[in-house]
Amino acid sequence: MTNKNVITTYSAGEPLITIKPQQGWAALELGDLWRYRELLFLLTWRDIKVRYAQTVLGASWAVLQPLLTMAIFSVIFGQLAKLPSDGIPYPIFTFTALLPWQLFAFSLTNSSQSLVGSQNLVSKVYFPRLIIPIASVLPGLVDFAISFLVLTGMLVYYQIPLTTRILSLPLFLLLAVMSALAVGLWLSALNVKYRDIRYVVPFMTLFWQYATPVAYSASLIPEKWRLLYGLNPMTGVVEGFRWALLGSGKVDGLVWISIVIIAFLFISGLTYFKRTEATFADVI
Amino acid sequence: MSDIAIRVENLSKEYRIGGKQAVNRTFRETLLDSFSSPIRWMRGERKPIETFWALNDISFEIKQGEAVGIIGRNGAGKSTLLKVLSRITKPTKGRVDLYGRVASLLEVGTGFHSELSGRDNIYLNGAILGMSRREIGGKFDEIVDFSGVEKFLDTPVKHYSSGMYVRLAFAVAAHLEPEILVVDEVLAVGDAEFQKKCLGKMGDVAKQGRTVLFVSHNMNAIEQLCKSCIHINHGRLINFSSDIHSVIVDYLFGDPSEKSSTIWINSENSYISKIFKPISLALTDESGNLLPSTIPNNSDFYVAIEGELAFKDPAFTVGYAIYSEDGALLYWTYNIDTTEDLWPLLNEGKFKIRSKIPHRFLNEGVHKIEMIASLHFREWLLEPGHNNPSVLLTIHGGLSDSPLWFIRRPGLLAPVLKWENW
Ligand SMILES: Nc1ncnc2c1ncn2[C@@H]1O[C@H](COP(=O)(O)OP(=O)(O)OP(=O)(O)O)[C@@H](O)[C@H]1O
Ligand SMILES: [Mg+2]
Repeated sequence: MTNKNVITTYSAGEPLITIKPQQGWAALELGDLWRYRELLFLLTWRDIKVRYAQTVLGASWAVLQPLLTMAIFSVIFGQLAKLPSDGIPYPIFTFTALLPWQLFAFSLTNSSQSLVGSQNLVSKVYFPRLIIPIASVLPGLVDFAISFLVLTGMLVYYQIPLTTRILSLPLFLLLAVMSALAVGLWLSALNVKYRDIRYVVPFMTLFWQYATPVAYSASLIPEKWRLLYGLNPMTGVVEGFRWALLGSGKVDGLVWISIVIIAFLFISGLTYFKRTEATFADVI
Repeated sequence: MSDIAIRVENLSKEYRIGGKQAVNRTFRETLLDSFSSPIRWMRGERKPIETFWALNDISFEIKQGEAVGIIGRNGAGKSTLLKVLSRITKPTKGRVDLYGRVASLLEVGTGFHSELSGRDNIYLNGAILGMSRREIGGKFDEIVDFSGVEKFLDTPVKHYSSGMYVRLAFAVAAHLEPEILVVDEVLAVGDAEFQKKCLGKMGDVAKQGRTVLFVSHNMNAIEQLCKSCIHINHGRLINFSSDIHSVIVDYLFGDPSEKSSTIWINSENSYISKIFKPISLALTDESGNLLPSTIPNNSDFYVAIEGELAFKDPAFTVGYAIYSEDGALLYWTYNIDTTEDLWPLLNEGKFKIRSKIPHRFLNEGVHKIEMIASLHFREWLLEPGHNNPSVLLTIHGGLSDSPLWFIRRPGLLAPVLKWENW
């Protein structure tokens, strides 16, 4: 193999890169992000590989976790508390909601720890820092895909007919990922400065789960509060999933409010992240 | 203009004193602050933050294809400069123009994951250092070759010895092909053979016409590798010249505030006995210039003694004792150690004598040199270890010309002795 050793010379005038102090708003530098896309995929792949290599049950966790949660919910909320499930068998009713919820919770937890967990990278090499929280959100999709197969099985078992509504599912999946990333951007950047964020996250996800119609139906909420309920963006996502797959629930103003909230969280998270990014290496 | 690789203008970087701890506050503390003094908090008057300049108004230009060494004491700001150049951290003031892609190597093996195999880590680490997958694929065999860990390629690196780990990590980094390569002190790891290999590789990189910035505490490596040298102290650029040797000498000996330690002068008229009064004890070079407090081990120097005799006495002996930093006596030496015809003349009145300490005889470290004197076999005038006139000298670097020996050796002395076939 010949080694050509091509050295590009950047002729007169224009430097390739100019480094200056950060003033005010940082540019998004999407071009830079694109140049480093391979790193994004490698980091994602690393997380997936390491996680499945280290755990005894490997991929079956992705199935067991929502299945067990579903079993518990079915007994407690379905059998004992007899929560209504819009005429859908309770297990699949809750499992459909557990999929996006667990994707969200897992990705959120992962990404809030991501920057601090990659201390070494952040303080020793340059690359767009956004890659780190993004890469920590993506592995959740693998778990999601695996449990989605289980869900498909359940849909067949409960003989729930598919409709064209399922075509909207990718949109709701995207919303789930976006909301995890949005909150993850906020928390990961805050965590660099305030290390007690990591104690907050488990409580936050726990409370958040009960504020989201995972174990119960959104129809329990009085109509006049419904729009307000949409302020929790995961409500919109879960409603969307049930609507697309089970035909229950409604896609109405609530979902739109959730979308607006997600967009707001995402943009503000991105802004905060980019603003503080310059100090990550100094502070972490 | 076109041949410039790096232009740095008035670059400054401010850090908070106390570093990370001062910044990594907890949310609770911040909240408490805002409660305990809400008015000040609302007006934005937080506790005053103490800061300092890790880089202070640094400007320089580096031409394409130049290999430049960066030296300076611990905490001088060398790593900070490299971090700014490699965009890891932003400067507080000033500007840098880079005319080419930069790859930085501040540490070997950044991003290595212990659970992954050597093969996986090559790809991962390569991507982290900015190589594309195709680039790594193309050089994969070379990298494996250079690292010498073929057999363990599919073993998780957690089972590697630390030597193998470092070799693999350096192998990846060594195959970077940026226009500008920025390297912090990474050669400090690994054994002598490995260090030599790394130096060789870095030399190649420089020869290929890439611009290299290289931080090291190893003056030999700097002299071997670089065409010019930057000296940084307290965040300021002290020196930047292609006369590497003089930059190094200036760095090692430059601090005039410490110069006094190599001379003792009897300003209080003490230590006077009936026959002898010491006047001065000094460490000098060949032509009599006072030594700085630190010198490298590759030049001869002299212990010079001035004194005054009230009368001539053939039994009078004067000399010095030398101690290592932990107080171990290395040896005594006197004016009467040779055959009589070689003794310096010591008549009534003032005298000035000196004795050479050959280069590459002492070891690295701080040495104390103490004046001793006696009337031979009769009495001590200045008994060793009795708080006599003394001076201090630090020896640092320049231990040998060998490519394999440049750090302090165990033992009191570090003579360079010749070996031959026999
Ligand atoms: N993130 C940080 N926050 C606060 N202070 C820092 C930070 N990083 C470095 N410093 C301080 O800045 C100064 C310069 O550090 P730097 O690491 O650049 O020194 P150096 O010349 O590389 O030293 P060495 O030879 O020991 O590697 C030091 O006083 C160090 O404590
Ligand atoms: Mg350093």
